[in-house]
Amino acid sequence: MSATDTQDPNRRDFLYIATGMAAVVGAGAVAWPFIDQMRPDASTLALASVEVDVASLTPGMSLIVKWRGKPVVVRNRTEQEMKDGEAVNLAELKDPIARNANLPADAPATDANRTTPGKEAWMVMVQVCTHLGCIPLGQEGEFGGWFCPCHGSVYDTAGRIRQGPAPENMAVPVFKFISDTKILIG
Amino acid sequence: MSEGHSTYTPKTGIERWFDARMPLPRMVYDSFIAYPVPRNLNYAWTFGGILAIMLVSQILTGIVLAMHYTADTTLAFDSVEKIMRDVNSGWLLRYLHSNGASFFFVAVYIHIFRGLYYGSYKAPRELLWILGCIIYLLMMATGFMGYVLPWGQMSFWGATVITGFFSAIPLVGNWIQELLLGGFAVDNPTLNRFFALHYLLPFMIAGVVVLHVWALHVVGQSNPTGIEVKSKTDTVAFTPYATIKDAFGMIVFLFVFAYFVFYLPNYLGHPDNYTIADPLKTPAHIVPEWYFLPFYAILRAITFNIGPINSKLGGVLCMFGAIVMLFLVPWLDTSKVRSAVYRPWYKLFFWLFVADAVLLGWLGSQPAEGSYVFMAQMATLFYFVFFLVALPVLGLIETPRRLPNSITEAVLEKNKGGGHHPAGATAAPETKG
Amino acid sequence: MKKILTSLALLGLVVVGVETASTGAIAAEEAHNAAAPTHFPIDQPKEMDWSFAGPFGTYDKAQLQRGLKVYKEVCAACHSMNLVAFRTLEGLGYSEGQVKTLAAEYTIHDGPNDAGDMFDRPGKPSDYFPAPFANEQAAAASNGGAAPPDMSLLAKARGVERGFPRFVFDIFTQYAQGGPDYIHSLLTGYDETPPAGMVIPEGTHYNPYFLSGVSLKMPKPLSDGQVTYDDGAPQTVDQYSRDVSAFLMWAAEPHMEDRKKTGFRVLVFLLLFGALVYLTKRKVWEGVTH
Repeated sequence: MSATDTQDPNRRDFLYIATGMAAVVGAGAVAWPFIDQMRPDASTLALASVEVDVASLTPGMSLIVKWRGKPVVVRNRTEQEMKDGEAVNLAELKDPIARNANLPADAPATDANRTTPGKEAWMVMVQVCTHLGCIPLGQEGEFGGWFCPCHGSVYDTAGRIRQGPAPENMAVPVFKFISDTKILIG
Repeated sequence: MSEGHSTYTPKTGIERWFDARMPLPRMVYDSFIAYPVPRNLNYAWTFGGILAIMLVSQILTGIVLAMHYTADTTLAFDSVEKIMRDVNSGWLLRYLHSNGASFFFVAVYIHIFRGLYYGSYKAPRELLWILGCIIYLLMMATGFMGYVLPWGQMSFWGATVITGFFSAIPLVGNWIQELLLGGFAVDNPTLNRFFALHYLLPFMIAGVVVLHVWALHVVGQSNPTGIEVKSKTDTVAFTPYATIKDAFGMIVFLFVFAYFVFYLPNYLGHPDNYTIADPLKTPAHIVPEWYFLPFYAILRAITFNIGPINSKLGGVLCMFGAIVMLFLVPWLDTSKVRSAVYRPWYKLFFWLFVADAVLLGWLGSQPAEGSYVFMAQMATLFYFVFFLVALPVLGLIETPRRLPNSITEAVLEKNKGGGHHPAGATAAPETKG
Repeated sequence: MKKILTSLALLGLVVVGVETASTGAIAAEEAHNAAAPTHFPIDQPKEMDWSFAGPFGTYDKAQLQRGLKVYKEVCAACHSMNLVAFRTLEGLGYSEGQVKTLAAEYTIHDGPNDAGDMFDRPGKPSDYFPAPFANEQAAAASNGGAAPPDMSLLAKARGVERGFPRFVFDIFTQYAQGGPDYIHSLLTGYDETPPAGMVIPEGTHYNPYFLSGVSLKMPKPLSDGQVTYDDGAPQTVDQYSRDVSAFLMWAAEPHMEDRKKTGFRVLVFLLLFGALVYLTKRKVWEGVTH
């Protein structure tokens, strides 16, 4: 550092700015691990998929499995339920989007789009009310689908919201039939 | 806080609005911007700031670790390993916290020795010194309880030995020990209460730190000459002078800290703590964390009964006595001169004391057998001689060197004396000594 | 500053003097008593060259895979590895598919199912290595009264005191391989003959590298040619021991590479930032004599 540096305010300002910038970068880098640690850890992510054996489900029966800490219902729907689901006019729906993680985000909420091709009798759905997270009761309510006792949201036989405060259809998770009797969720 | 001579003038409307209602900006300005500090402080004075960031770092990493830790004897060890293996950045946070404890103590020991060397505890700074001693005590309690939480072999047996100190107290000792443990041995109730207290104590430390800083800002900082500030030319403003110097000190310290965290994260720990606690098997060689080793050596040095006091109680008394000495320092030192710079004999004894403390630390890590025991006894003896004999006697018999009249004079003298160092050219201030 | 340095140097000399005096005395004491030593291990572990040593050390994935093979075929008969999940074996260079296959080779006791029964199923990547014994008591009963230690953290849970002045040098050489050095020395240290007159307790095996006695319950676990390597590495006890020690280091510290990489970046940043702050500090203090 020679004496001339002191007479050059630009050079001094540059030094101050560079130091300040470095401090900001350092602070940001330090903050990251503290935020990062909150994300789901490796053991939680490892449990992100479950296999379900559905051989015992005859039409009209459901089972519930826990997936990522939430209940997922697998329902083998009756003929009547499927017919009710297909008969709905899409324009009547409160939420016209399928909310099916296996389909594009803008797929319309037809009965078929709520299930998987070739297995239209099977509803696989996260059974959590889209209002504030309660668990709706199955096969209850005006539409024969689901009814949430917390705040009165009513879903139809394809899990679409029809009445009440919930904004969206219940979510269909990523799933596939790995055989005729086995479903892989997640 | 600087005795009401506030030089703060609110400039904007918002500042005036605040100043009339809650003068927080004024307080910050007076304490951390305009606050005058002696111009001759060396890098030993940056450790106060370093300790502040270490405390903040320990509290922050500790809080996030607590989000993943389970205080249950069956789960504690595995939950720590889960942090190390599965939690995102978990290994980093955990190594920062465990090594952070060690570096917190590195900094506090330098800070304490700085105080001893420059006589920073002398009137009017006795209360400041005692508050510091209280922080040190709280740190020891926190560090000890934190070491129990991973529930390894050293955690368990360290807790057993340290709570065993209390059983040395006559009559009520066993009752106190059971009260601390919540049972007859270290077990789940102990782990749970240690976790609760380990979470609480750092906030108490933070509280005492506030008092420590308050007391500091009333009496002002000491300095390498030990001469009080006499005029404005003796000082510079805290910001930017002290802040930027502190920042540089911090970065150097953090560099060493990071070196250990990333390259030698287990260097300061003990392998046995990677084995889960087993109440039926003591490890062959149990030692506390390095920062307790000098006291541990003193504890073990008392192998003989002293009159009615048996060796166990004697060891515990000596160990606690060693800490009590620190509290008494302001009254044990009879010298009228503060800084060791002007006290040739005290300076010699100070460095002998540092050597003695290091020696005690090393002896504490060695097995208590053979010649080690005798050396530990001699070192313990010197430890107490330093406080109880050297400090009071030296002050009475020693002839100090000539003191400069003021800090400014000392600074000018130093910069003139060097011949080939023209005034103003010294970049890094020399540690005086 | 100079005086502080001189004092520190003197201090160092004092400590060295005391240290050599006392260790000298102890060494002399022990020389008299080779048959009944009081300090263990009798021999210091040999320091090996590990790929993961030093600031830029990385794991040798081929070596880890061989080590895993040794663990699976030899150690796993008695030693559990409770903290290591199959999914983490991707760190050894295996693909997701390979890990699935590897996990499926194991049988996991799971349950209860809907009928309330426990059942066996093939392992999944999210499972952990199953333990060879149902509980610690069973492990102890089958192994002459001493339960074989869990191996998940063994490479960090073992280490021989380095002693002065080596522990000071270790800071600069970044020696952190005490665990693998120890395990390797122990595994290759079975063939030595005990000194004349030494009493080896019944049912134990002499090993001068053992950390807490003259002998241990575990018999010599490895022999030449026992495990078949398909990558052409020598099939010797020494090679097996190196490989399994390296594998155990990985098992104990799976994020080590990440740690050292992050560390390098942090130190470089602190160096540059420190330089900037230092220059700023000089500017600020310019003209102030202090």
